[in-house]
Amino acid sequence: MANLIAGMGTSHVPGLGVAIDNGKTQEAYWKNLFLGLEPLREWHRANVPDVNIIVYNDHATEFSLDSYSTFTVGVGESFKPADEGWGRRQVPAMQGHPELAWHLIESAMIDEFDLAVNASMDLDHGFTVPLSVAYGQPSEWPTAVVPICINVIQHPLPTALRCYKFGKAIGKAVASYPDDITVGIWGTGGLSHQLGGERVGVVNPEFDQQFLDNLTRDPLANTRLSHTDFIREAGCEGVEMIMWNVMRGALGDNVTEVFRLYHVPVSATAYGAIILENKKRRNEQ
Amino acid sequence: MERDYDDIPGTYLLDSRSYRKGYHVNMFLMSLNKEVCRDEFSKDERAYLDTFQMTDEQKLAVLERRYLDLLKLGANVYYAFKLVSFDRQPPQVMYGQMADPRLTFDEFQQMMHEGGRPIHGNRSVEEWNNG
Repeated sequence: MANLIAGMGTSHVPGLGVAIDNGKTQEAYWKNLFLGLEPLREWHRANVPDVNIIVYNDHATEFSLDSYSTFTVGVGESFKPADEGWGRRQVPAMQGHPELAWHLIESAMIDEFDLAVNASMDLDHGFTVPLSVAYGQPSEWPTAVVPICINVIQHPLPTALRCYKFGKAIGKAVASYPDDITVGIWGTGGLSHQLGGERVGVVNPEFDQQFLDNLTRDPLANTRLSHTDFIREAGCEGVEMIMWNVMRGALGDNVTEVFRLYHVPVSATAYGAIILENKKRRNEQ
Repeated sequence: MERDYDDIPGTYLLDSRSYRKGYHVNMFLMSLNKEVCRDEFSKDERAYLDTFQMTDEQKLAVLERRYLDLLKLGANVYYAFKLVSFDRQPPQVMYGQMADPRLTFDEFQQMMHEGGRPIHGNRSVEEWNNG
């Protein structure tokens, strides 16, 4: 039986990838952030699952006004970093895990999540930046991945509660996967930020920290927020935080927060990261 | 139809209204993901724009890189990034241009270093008008 060991939340700001790719992490702008991320990277060095299920959103890269499904699962054997307008990011290709991806689709469909299936989607910064945050610059990524793309751009979006319930369905699917593998789940995006309009640059630390507190102590509180709550309080693009609810929903009721970082600014955003270990796993050991 | 987020000031999200208004301008912006399209656009911006069913107003906003106007004309910010990237500009140039009041690159960076735009006073049009 597969074992879901932990969940991670992290922002996926493109600038982070640029800083890592160009060796700028020790420059004044980035130094404190990457110093703060060192314990996260240490945790990842000590806890490498066989597969990471990574919940992200596509930023007008692979999906657009022509076709953007609410939930899309990547079933490919491998995935390429996307050309988002400035050429492909020079990071390794990502190995898929079609067996787990298909199992997840079959299990979640029975739980009434009608998922789109994609075999060839290129993955943009929403996906590749979290990998770099966790693993740095390896010649190949240490885990296989199952990409799950969520529409958090083109309204109407799935609700915060729906995302949490989808996470529950993912957790159930992992628990019923027959092979004895370890799995991680990541929620990406956020935290508060607004990239367009006269209100560009909004940051709301109180809202962000409350959201992080709730992830550990009261995850259902984060499911009661409306999209308008997120947009008003955390900026137009802050609504990406609903993807963290998928990660949290997949974990058990009891989690142990082993890492948290909150840092302003990263570009026009508030950067946040959290690692939550599934307590169940500890009891089993 | 009015939406409950319409009173959030200075905010342009992609919904069915902007989707329809901005469909063609967003699809133009999206095309810049492809190198062959970037090449076409760089050869003759106006001629390339004319291959899309955009309004003249939208085309002019693209040519003049008026980002706030592009958003008002239906473009979404993630699509607009493609044009910023095409120009090899850092996104802060676009952010500063859209901000009210307008900010230079350095001024925008400074605002973020000071913790970003505070949420207090920026939640609603009413808060904005009460200053």
